Amino acid sequence: MSILGNRVLRREDPKFLTVGGTYVADLALPGSVHVTFVRSSMAHARIVSVDSTYAQAMPGVLAVYTNDDLGLPKFPTIMGMTNEAMTPPMLASGTVRYVGEPIAAIVAESREIAEDALEQVVVEYEPLKVVIDPVKARTDEDLLFPDAGTNTSFSLDFGGDETLFDDCEVVVELTLANQRVAPCPLEVRSAAAHMSEDGRLEFNSSTQAPHGVRDALATFLDLEPDQVHVVTPDVGGGFGAKGAVYPEDIVVGWCAQKLGRPVRWTETRSESMLGLGHGRAQVQHVRIGGTREGAVLAYRIEVLQDTGAYAGFGAVLPFMTRMMTSGPYKIPRAECASYSVVTNSTPTTAYRGAGRPEATAAVERIMDLFAREIDMDPAELRRRNLIEKDDFPYTTPVDTVYDVGDYHRALDLALEVAGYDDLRAEQVRRRTAGDVRQLGIGLSCYVEITNGLPDGEFGAVEVRPDGKVIVRTGTSPHGQGHVTAWSMLVAEQLGVAIEDIEVIHGDTDVVPRGAGTMGSRSLQVGGAAVNQAAVDVVEKAKDLAADLFEADRDDIVLDKANGRFHVVGTPALSRSWAELAEAAAKDGTALFAEVDLASPGPTYPFGTHISVVEVDTETGKVNVLRHIAVDDAGRIISPLLAEGQVHGGIAQGVAQALLEEVVYDLDGNPLTSTLADYSFISAAELPSYETRFTETPTPVNALGAKGIGESGTIGSTPAVHNAVCDAVAHLGVRHIDMPTTPVRVWSAINDAVTGHGTAKGGR
Amino acid sequence: MQIDITVNGTAESHDVEARTLLVYYLRDAVGLKGTNVGCDTTSCGACTVLLNGESVKSCTVLAAQVAGEEVTTIEGLALEDGRMHPVQQAFQECHGLQCGYCTPGMVMAITSLLAENPDPTEEYIRLGLEGNLCRCTGYHNIVAAALAASQALEMRQ
Amino acid sequence: MIPATFDYVRAGSVDEVIGLLGEHGDDAKLLAGGHSLLPLMKLRLAQPALLVDIGRLRELSYVTEEEDVIALGALTRHHDIATSPVTLSSVPLLAHVAGQIGDPQVRHRGTIGGSICHGDPASDLAAVLLALGATFVAQGPNGRREIDAQDFFVSFFEVALRSDELLVEIRVPRPLDARWGFEKLTKRAQDWAIVGAVAVRSRSGVGVGLINLGPVPLRSSAVEAAVVAGSNAAEAAAFAAEGTEPSADFNGSVAYRQHVARVLVRRALEKAGV
Repeated sequence: MSILGNRVLRREDPKFLTVGGTYVADLALPGSVHVTFVRSSMAHARIVSVDSTYAQAMPGVLAVYTNDDLGLPKFPTIMGMTNEAMTPPMLASGTVRYVGEPIAAIVAESREIAEDALEQVVVEYEPLKVVIDPVKARTDEDLLFPDAGTNTSFSLDFGGDETLFDDCEVVVELTLANQRVAPCPLEVRSAAAHMSEDGRLEFNSSTQAPHGVRDALATFLDLEPDQVHVVTPDVGGGFGAKGAVYPEDIVVGWCAQKLGRPVRWTETRSESMLGLGHGRAQVQHVRIGGTREGAVLAYRIEVLQDTGAYAGFGAVLPFMTRMMTSGPYKIPRAECASYSVVTNSTPTTAYRGAGRPEATAAVERIMDLFAREIDMDPAELRRRNLIEKDDFPYTTPVDTVYDVGDYHRALDLALEVAGYDDLRAEQVRRRTAGDVRQLGIGLSCYVEITNGLPDGEFGAVEVRPDGKVIVRTGTSPHGQGHVTAWSMLVAEQLGVAIEDIEVIHGDTDVVPRGAGTMGSRSLQVGGAAVNQAAVDVVEKAKDLAADLFEADRDDIVLDKANGRFHVVGTPALSRSWAELAEAAAKDGTALFAEVDLASPGPTYPFGTHISVVEVDTETGKVNVLRHIAVDDAGRIISPLLAEGQVHGGIAQGVAQALLEEVVYDLDGNPLTSTLADYSFISAAELPSYETRFTETPTPVNALGAKGIGESGTIGSTPAVHNAVCDAVAHLGVRHIDMPTTPVRVWSAINDAVTGHGTAKGGR
Repeated sequence: MQIDITVNGTAESHDVEARTLLVYYLRDAVGLKGTNVGCDTTSCGACTVLLNGESVKSCTVLAAQVAGEEVTTIEGLALEDGRMHPVQQAFQECHGLQCGYCTPGMVMAITSLLAENPDPTEEYIRLGLEGNLCRCTGYHNIVAAALAASQALEMRQ
Repeated sequence: MIPATFDYVRAGSVDEVIGLLGEHGDDAKLLAGGHSLLPLMKLRLAQPALLVDIGRLRELSYVTEEEDVIALGALTRHHDIATSPVTLSSVPLLAHVAGQIGDPQVRHRGTIGGSICHGDPASDLAAVLLALGATFVAQGPNGRREIDAQDFFVSFFEVALRSDELLVEIRVPRPLDARWGFEKLTKRAQDWAIVGAVAVRSRSGVGVGLINLGPVPLRSSAVEAAVVAGSNAAEAAAFAAEGTEPSADFNGSVAYRQHVARVLVRRALEKAGV
């Protein structure tokens, strides 16, 4: 009886529920000092002076450091692809380019004194011209980096085929925004560092990639990697934004070295809203063409990516967007070009989906417009254009190869669960009656890429003479439940009880290498590595058992029901794992296997989401009535964990469609820098979800599993967005930009009804 | 100033500044790290504890304001025999947590909510959690846990 | 996140509070539930030198029924107003509105007096008390005085209390045969109103309060006059924007807010039986 595919409760939970997790700020660090950062209050300015005289004179303030004091290099480019002139400095150097940019580090005996000292540092600025709008930035009229001669940090110049739409009877165009959002993990950024007695840098980080942090610290602080020890305790969410290393992390490490005392840093939420990387931030021009019968023949998207003030990972998000250009559709011709530009705002980074939600949002929105143009039901249009299940592996026009899928099955199931025909009937009834509250139904068919980066993963399994199993993994869970999931995989292979398995992650001394957790990679590479190590340990155990039993290797049986080995035919004479491990120890060896699994390659989960919303046409307020999600991530190892990932993704996706946006004024002042102003979605705005999985196992990896972590977000946003637009389409509204806040919805209705304005509801 | 507060049944007495927020009194002076700080605008609820049995956001209370009163944190919620409180138990069974950061606040908020309304509807629960933000779970399982806990608590009566 | 330092004193009586206010004037701020003041202090937008904690003055926490008036102590918590049998039976509008301020945790600490004295035009309670024709009782060194709600909200975050006065009681005339409506537009449940409206109709007349439509909480005399003159809900609501000066931000332009005001006033009036 396999444990895989069963609803196994999380082993992590009892601790979290009774005493709480141990996050970086919870770590005991006797004698530690606190760092806080002076941050720019200007979006673009030359730093004339930083006067920390009063601050340094305060009792309890140890030091105030600026970039010149650190003498550290700038950050590198992103994989060599971004403009070298636009990489961030450690602390602001001469010029500040976004509100919130760190200018100086204050080190004090306590958090309280550090915050008091913040008020005593006086920064004098000489304002420079602010560029907030990426469209304006693209004109290069005002440059953030005069030496670069441009504001473009990265571009993908593909396409330009003038004939793309030649044979299209119907062509529809749209310019739409995929707005800037803030990842907002509940735990903000936090780090701590101290020098050990043997001169190593001990570092704790709230990160998604401990080994990445180790390597970055080593590089910046000129240390050998083995002179740095990173231990990542519990992490309160990351969502992609904690995959990068931030200047503050390096400065904390530097301070520990410089001062010889333990140093800790935990930002405030207000700082995090400005300093933690933002997500999305694309302006998209899309064009779709096809026949009146609903065959989509051509699609083009041009992406303008807002990089923020420096070229971080956000600059290359369009790379991922481009990979998923044509979505789950068999569109024969498709192109994607992109331009990433710097603006005087927080740098953008990966955020749940990282470039793929943007691709899906664009194609799904314009599919609805195309359906409207040819007077076809949007579900029917999708049905006609989805890639057929027998056509995999499928190569798209941008040369992405989708592994396997049954897109029609997901669509059909979603429509069935939603009761689609009844919903449309209700919509007709309300429209005919002219109800104030109109019904909107929105679909989203998506496919996305998981494990898209080439990194392999480390996994190790050891059985000890006391019967305990130690698993080590290079993944770095921050809520995903890997301890439970990897325990399940190992228990399945070894036939041991889950309670006897310990899973170790996040300690770079104990786990020698790892790529961390992001991009929905962990199960298919990390879990697969642990699984392989478990398989290898079983093989070693059988070798050992053969010796002990003096039997043929092929006659050794592992009875997984009780985790004991015997010779075929004589099950009563069996040995336990503990006994075998003990025998190995006596021999001077160990029952142990270590695997560096090369990445088996990316996989492509898919699905269909359907959103049902109600729009108050008098105020523009939108209520989400239902959300149906059918997702296929190949083989589901833990339905409990997979469902939880979809739930969390849906909430963030709905939030982007309806509520959340990072807003700057024209001077680059952030207007949404607290959780009171930023519309972080709550339980009161959401329904319970109706989720289903279909399982189309992938041939790409041994587990048959795809990633699921970002699917919920990718699939949900366009469904909700389409639903809102659908609710008011009969009033003449063509499109409303996200987030579809009450004022935007109402303005679109008002414009359409009065014949004024652009009826786009855009900015 | 010396501030005495009963925390999880234990009389605590600590010398803290007047400006010390209750959440930092609990975390730093008493040493109970379970209660978390998630924001600086009283928005997220991660810091929720029980004050005389009622949920409050401990980041928006000065320790001085509650001198002499009774505070319960996540660490003090377990039953007398050491078993998990029905709300904690329901969170485990319903997969109501992922990263765990919002969890202590959620659990305390729901405990208080159920004490005031032992038989809430889903809508009531969702509205009652308007001040408790979670980024990981999408709330679905948290709401399920609250409903399950209300059943379990009713059965215990 | 950490407030600037301050001196702290816990007041044991109303007289002591008045004495301290007289002595320290503007250097002192009163701390009740703290859910208006402490958030400002944590962001260092307010840095009072002295906090006078009045939270233990239990004698100012009550909901009592007099012959024609419901009297509420200024330190009565929102939660207690929402659940009091007196408000629930005699002025359920007040119980309803108190029961949806902020979130449950806020309602366990926030007080009616603290909320009103903050002078926030986005305060739900202020608009309701205006519509109900409430009066506020202030106590100072020279005794008590009663201030009409209409005269209480002076300007943006400024109320008509002298620097040595303390709000001690809110007096709400019991609305007889009352019907009411309360409508609020927010993006999220926990948000302050983008726009809100309250209407109450009783034997003594009609009261219409507006939330977040100007620098102070507003009462809409134009709408009230229209109702009294016999207009129906839609006709009366057409005057909802009169005398309002809403601010514009990314949650809504002036035109949008005034439009929503008309919609919400109409709906509130309809619920109030107009």
